[in-house]
Order: sequence, then C-alpha cells, then structure tokens
Amino acid sequence: MSNLASALRRRRFLISGWPWRSLGYLLTTAVVAAPFAAVVWPLGLPWLVAATDVRAGRFPDPPVLVLMAVGAALLIGFGPLVAVPLAALERRRLEFLGDRPPATAHLPAPADPIAWLRLRYAEAATWREVLYGLFLAVAVPAWYGVLGLAALLVAGFLGSPLFAAIGAARFQLGPVEITGVVESVPVALLGLLLLAPLAYLAGLTAAGQRAVAHALLGDGYGTDVREVTRSRARLVDAFETERRRIERDLHDGAQHRLTSLTLHLGMARVDLPADSPAAEPLTRAHTQAKELMVVLRDLVHGIRPQILADVGLLPALRELAAQSPVPVTVVGPQTVSRPPELVEATAYYVASEALGNVAKHAGASRAEVRVEWTGDLLTLQVADDGRGGADPAAGTGLTGLADRVAAVGGRLLLATPAGGGTLVRVELPCRS
Amino acid sequence: MPELTRVVLAEDGVLLREGLTGVLARFGCTVVAAVGDAGALLAAVDAHDPDLVVTDIRMPPAWTDEGLRAAVAVRTARPDRPVVVLSQYVQPEYADALLATGAGRGVGYLLKDRVADVAEFVAALRAVRAGGTVLDPEVVRRLLRRSGDPLDPLSARERQVLTLVAEGRSNSAIAAALFVTEAAVGKHVGNILAKLDLPPTEDTNRRVLAVLAYLRATA
Repeated sequence: MSNLASALRRRRFLISGWPWRSLGYLLTTAVVAAPFAAVVWPLGLPWLVAATDVRAGRFPDPPVLVLMAVGAALLIGFGPLVAVPLAALERRRLEFLGDRPPATAHLPAPADPIAWLRLRYAEAATWREVLYGLFLAVAVPAWYGVLGLAALLVAGFLGSPLFAAIGAARFQLGPVEITGVVESVPVALLGLLLLAPLAYLAGLTAAGQRAVAHALLGDGYGTDVREVTRSRARLVDAFETERRRIERDLHDGAQHRLTSLTLHLGMARVDLPADSPAAEPLTRAHTQAKELMVVLRDLVHGIRPQILADVGLLPALRELAAQSPVPVTVVGPQTVSRPPELVEATAYYVASEALGNVAKHAGASRAEVRVEWTGDLLTLQVADDGRGGADPAAGTGLTGLADRVAAVGGRLLLATPAGGGTLVRVELPCRS
Repeated sequence: MPELTRVVLAEDGVLLREGLTGVLARFGCTVVAAVGDAGALLAAVDAHDPDLVVTDIRMPPAWTDEGLRAAVAVRTARPDRPVVVLSQYVQPEYADALLATGAGRGVGYLLKDRVADVAEFVAALRAVRAGGTVLDPEVVRRLLRRSGDPLDPLSARERQVLTLVAEGRSNSAIAAALFVTEAAVGKHVGNILAKLDLPPTEDTNRRVLAVLAYLRATA
C-alpha cells in the first residue's frame, strides 16, 4: 500500500489523488488544532511578553511571572488528560495518509481511574504526546497562516479576470497590479502555474506533520527494534510449540507404553502364586514401574501441564494451589472465552514459580492467587503473608520470570517489604 | 463378578486398550467393544447395551474431555448405566459432572495410574457395576483439604475412615485397610456421621453420597 511519503516522490503526484488527500488532512488538522490553539495561545501570551521584556533588558513584571506560572501549571496539570485522547485520534488520522497507525508506547490502561492517572503521568509517552499537542496548537496555526495566505493569493490570481470584469478596473493583488481584463489574463495563467507548487506545498506540509506525529506519537522505537521484540515473541511461541510437541510425544508414546507395561506386570502378579521364587522380583519390578509412572507424569506435567491446555488457566491454577504445602486460595473470573495460549502458559509459569518461592522462601501461612482478565489484559497476582524482603538478584528466579513476561510484551511488578509479605503481579497484554 | 459383565471400553492408546481388555477378560468380563474415540463409544453403547462402560477422558479428535462428555451423555440416556471414567489428572469438576448424573450411583472417577494395581482397579469396577460410587483417593484428598474447618471436630482416625468412606469402600474393606475390626469401623462411621450432622445409615452407597455431598458443599 502506498503512502504520502512515497507518493510525493513519484512524478504522477500532481495528477494523483494525493494532493486532495493532503488537503483533506490539512483541513481536518485545522479543525482539530483550532480549539487547542484557542486555549494554548492565551496561556502562552505571558511568556511572549516576558521574552520581549528580557530581550529589551528588563526583568518581567511580577504579574507576568505569576501568569507564566499559572499557564505552565495548567499545561502540566491538564495537558496529559487532553493529549492522551488527542494522540489516539491523531494516530488514527495517519491512516488518511496511507500509514498504518503507529503502535502506542503506553502500557495497557488499568481500569481504576486513579491507577490510570498515576500510570499515565509517569510515562514518557504521555509527555511526548503533550509536546505534540503544543506542536498542533502553536506551530501548526502559524504555518497554516502562511500557507493560507499563499493559497488566497493563488486563488486571487486565478479569479482576477472575473474580478476585473465585474468589479473595479484597477486593483492590487499582492505584488501585482491589475488594470483591466486583458491585463489580468497572464496573471490568471500565472495562478494556474502556481497551483502545482501549492499542491506540493500542501503535500510537503502534510508529510512534515506526519513525520512529527510518527516521532512523537509512536512507541519510541524504530521499526527494527519493534521487529526484534516481535521476533522474540515468535521465538517464545516456537519454544511453546516445541514444549507442546514434546509433551504430546511423551504422553502418547512413553507414558502410554509405561502404563501398559505396569498393567501387564500387575496382571502377572495376580496370577503368580505368592510362594513362587519370581513373586518377589516381580513385585519389585511392578513397584518400580509404578514409581516410574509418577516420575514420568511429573516430568510431563513440568513441561506443559495437560490440564492447562485442556480446561484452562483457572482449573490449572487450582490444581497448582492444591499441590502447594501452603494453603492457597485462587480467585478469578469464570469466563467461557480464554486468553491466547502463550499468555495462559506464561501466567501459569509465573504462578507456579511464585508459589514455589512462597513455599521455599516466604515462611508464609497462606497465599492468594488472583486473576483478572479484561479481554486485552490478563493480570495475575500472587500474594503471601510471609516475611517479605525477596531479593530479585538472589536467585529466587524472579529475573527469569521477568524475562519470560517481557518476551510476551508484559511486565512484572514486585512489592516485598521486609516483614510485610510478598506480592508478585504480572500484566500480560493479549493482543491477537 | 457373579454374572457375566458385558463391557464397552474406550481408550485411544492401542497398547493400553489391549491391556485393559486382557485384565477385564481375566476377571470374567466380556469386552463387547473396544473403541478409540467418543463417537465410536456412543455408537457401541447403543449397539451392545453393555452392563458397564469404561472410558478414558482425553481422546481424539481434540484430546480434551470428549470421554467425559460421552460418559455424561451415556448416563443422561440411561441414568443407571454404570460408567467408570479414567483421567490423566485430578479435575474435581469432572467428578462433579459425573456425580450429577443418575444421583451419583454407579459412577467411578479414577486416575489412569490406578489401572496398575489390577486387583484394586477391578474391585473399583465391581463396586461401580453394583451401583456404587467410587472416587479416586486423590480427588477425596483434595475435597478433604479444601473442606478444612468443618472437619475440625473429627479425630485423626475418623478422618482416615472418612477418606476411605468417600472413596466408596465398604466397612469390611475399610477394616482390612486399617487393620481393625469391622465393628470398630462401624463405630467410627457412626461417630463421623453424627459429628457432621449426616443421617445415620448402614447402606454403603447412600453413606458415600452423603459424605461426598457434604465435602463438595463445604469445599
């Protein structure tokens, strides 16, 4: 699919639809930018006054300083609230120029409004979006003014024969003076010629704006880095597929054969007289085969729990909880739909490691696993009432967990005050 | 088994299917059909009207719970047809789904590993064939663990007995397992039922169902 940048480089630009699309983009930009300009320019006025004062070697008046501070405070206080939805709109609007909307650098939004504010105000992406808002409010109107004057002039050139015929015989059009209908014809022709640079100017303006939007509204990485992240996710996915294959092979092959073998040994024991010299070795063989069944089952389970694939995350977590030496409650939604397999597997892995840590290190009397799923974000939280103070660097497997979570684009949060229990929380985005 | 028991067996693994067929034949059953998937199981039950159905849960095509759904379908069509379901892992919901059919009589839910102890496995099949309820010890252990507090008034010995009762064992089987007299077991059971406020009964199966219902309600 072509976009504005490639269209501008083609010779057929002028006779394509792109000048019109650029014009459409610019006009809608004006509509979007106007209210922001109306708010930001008055707020910026004290700064302008102060700048003039400083230039003239004067110290700005105190009221000006106060107004400057108020303007800045309003911008910082309310800017993000406006800039975040504005940025979302502007990303979508890039589609009009033939681009795929850039990925947002924001982390998935929490539902709780307070948490939302705390998260958004702390993100660099938010402040880049505020910067973009300022660009729309300040730079865009200024440049559009110049552009609009040029367009008006060209329109005047084109319309000059008409004006000369119906109106005044002499009039001034910018640098040109029109004295009559005949004299106006070359001016009109000049206007016609100037349409081409005007179209390019509109295209270039749209392209410039597009570049600014990509730089400020994207996720901050070039396409290369994004591609690397995606390929890491692919790799994790490939590992997961491989685990599934190994699990299936072990289950259908080794486990099945071993069960059958043990069954036959059991049969032989039934029919063998207890006083036979073979009875004792046979009993031993049967016992060992049964032990091996347990070993193999645990092994297969460690590779990829069947229950997770068959019935889902919550039942698998309950099974995990049932095996824990520390009493664990599992809280979660009873939903019919399920998160993507890789997300489920990652969440299960985190819960399994975290509960393992609880049992080994926390000295806890109870723990809780809580799952929340909104459709695009799976949150899993493992909390205990143990001694806390878990050190991610001390081989508790926390760094490994964080790696695995990061590979699927999620993040891991840890709260572990000494004596205050440990809380591990992972947020996994479920983009399909 | 006193009378000839006609069994339909469903297990997708060929080796184990043959092994199980051998065990059943050895203990006087006739395997009238041994199939490898849930669809064939339902067809075989229709065709042969067996006295007992033994099925694996995880079978083709999707390898999830086809066997369980087939078992529930069999029981829904004829609630008193004995069915034993074999599972690779403990899933209390599976046991619940089975116990919800035919008032929980004549069903068994066992871990697949149990087939290794042939005599006990066959005893479980017999119990189900006779209309009893047999739950895997592991399922019972889970229920007991989840129940927690409501079982506090029970002594350690009574809990032991409760576990065996919930597995579907008769007084004599419990007495043999714990190396005590049947009379002692009877006394323990009476105490348990009294402490948990369950109706006193001598009928093994009614007792199992009461205990299971109690454990599931408090879990």
